[in-house]
Amino acid sequence: MTTDNVNANRRRFLIGATSAVGAAGAVGIAVPFVASWLPSAKAKAAGAPVKYNLSKIEPGAMVTVEWRGKPVFILRRTSEILETVTQSEGFLSDPTSERPQQPAYAKNEYRSIKDEYLIVLGVCTHLGCAPKHRPEPGSVESEGGWVGGFFCPCHGSKFDLAGRVYKGVPAPSNLAVPPHQYLSDTVVLIGEDGESA
Amino acid sequence: MNKMFSGLLGWVDDRMPVVSTWEKHLSKYYAPKNFNVWYIFGVLSMLVLVNQLLTGVWLTMSFDTSAEGAFASVEYIMRDVEYGWIIRYMHSTGASAFFIVVYLHMFRAMLYGSYRKPRELVWLIGMAIYLVLMAEGFMGYVLPWGQMSYWGAQVIVSLFGAIPVVGDALVEWIRGDFLISGITMNRFFALHVIALPLVLVMLVFLHIVALHEVGSNNPDGIDIKKNKDANGIPRDGIPFHPYYTVHDIFGVAVFLFVFCTVIFFFPEMGGYFLEHANFEEANNLKTPEHIAPVWYFTPFYAMLRAVTSPFLGLDAKFWGLVVMGGAIAILFVLPWLDRSAVKSIRYKGWISKVALLIFVISFVVLGYLGAISSTPGRTTAAQIFTLLYFLYFLLMPIYTRLEKTKPVPERVTS
Repeated sequence: MTTDNVNANRRRFLIGATSAVGAAGAVGIAVPFVASWLPSAKAKAAGAPVKYNLSKIEPGAMVTVEWRGKPVFILRRTSEILETVTQSEGFLSDPTSERPQQPAYAKNEYRSIKDEYLIVLGVCTHLGCAPKHRPEPGSVESEGGWVGGFFCPCHGSKFDLAGRVYKGVPAPSNLAVPPHQYLSDTVVLIGEDGESA
Repeated sequence: MNKMFSGLLGWVDDRMPVVSTWEKHLSKYYAPKNFNVWYIFGVLSMLVLVNQLLTGVWLTMSFDTSAEGAFASVEYIMRDVEYGWIIRYMHSTGASAFFIVVYLHMFRAMLYGSYRKPRELVWLIGMAIYLVLMAEGFMGYVLPWGQMSYWGAQVIVSLFGAIPVVGDALVEWIRGDFLISGITMNRFFALHVIALPLVLVMLVFLHIVALHEVGSNNPDGIDIKKNKDANGIPRDGIPFHPYYTVHDIFGVAVFLFVFCTVIFFFPEMGGYFLEHANFEEANNLKTPEHIAPVWYFTPFYAMLRAVTSPFLGLDAKFWGLVVMGGAIAILFVLPWLDRSAVKSIRYKGWISKVALLIFVISFVVLGYLGAISSTPGRTTAAQIFTLLYFLYFLLMPIYTRLEKTKPVPERVTS
């Protein structure tokens, strides 16, 4: 093959143009492959909000409701329990809920719309285990005495009865409050905010 | 008959490089004559790979990939499928055996400096194989859909959530759902049985091609190509076939004795090869009391748990991920950290020997700590050994240059 009369500039341009078109094509064809990993329409439908009638819960008791395959803890707090929430304050890493672990309407001392009902995801913010409800005082080894709370058996993270994380445990943040709204005095819809509905 | 065969061979050889390939890689591949027992683990890795591919294909024939049916189909394989139990135990024991032989194979490389120039690429491809193997082990463990499959996947997948900004979206993308579900398991199945094995086989091929280009190292770390006879054959080399092929049959036989003993008598290995929590079906609302990965991941899991304090405004979880990833990533650059004048530990100074010993102890202790539940005391221990693990690598450029090495002989020792 002769290399005389080769237009090097045109050759470089053609190589560049072909490469650019090829690269654009590669990106284009990658889209369906990457996007097919996103939750499917069926998975999204299965993640729809759930309704729960709170009047079924005894005072002081906790129930677990499933939303998007995750446990949602609903604790009906008595005034004694609300008292313990105030006592734990000094040992917490984020007592005023500064981190975005809850919708704005739950960013308050008791981390709830109504003080009586705590609604949090039962998913440890460390590595996703389900913490255990340990309401009995002293049942968990803790600095300053255990006043009742949630204890994660996987790596020992501790939360109070407002789902706020203790200092010096692996979990970095408070238990998340899922978006929820009250449809009536006793019926709650978990998975959807009031505003956006 | 013989004439017909050579005629056929000649016909094929004119169209495909059969004879020259055979000679290049076997009958005229000159390996150092002083290989010791440490050199069996490469061959054993290949053997276990074949075992995994073969038993894996057979397992897919009876496995149900749905979240509802997976757990029951494993019981079906164990109880109803003819010889299903042995095929499954060959696969599950094979997974652990794979990591045992690969860890020993890697240790051999560290012992004799097999990663040093000109074998850096052999080491890098080997590290890529190790990464794919970890992904295979992890995804394969999810498939029986037991409690430990489920919660192990939950812990590992949510690690990606620690990455700032994109973490949560990334986790949802990996799961394909709002929780670990059948959707997640199905994609892991596809990767475990099709995509990653293809990559693995290709990488193993490249590992061997690269090795045969530069030639094998040996316990003395001497370049045998420097001393050739009149025919250009290394004086300290012997043809791989028949010398090492026959030699390796003995090693393979010994390995199979041990392997079969485990399959027949200790397939669960006291909960280390198959964890007890995995005999219960996956339940997304109930976490097992104690989550531990399979033994071959425990050293890295211990490092993940050892990081407990936030730094630069980022969670401890994120830094745990960084430390864990760093512990694996640092192995990739090993060929450039070792600045010693000699390759083999035989001629290195005492600092290198002590350092390697500390490294091995750290790895084993971390492996133990990662398998048991954590307490404040154990976390402190894990922090110390994590530090030692990293110091082995980070200080290597210094101590390998400072120490006094022994003179390396001209010819290999027997």
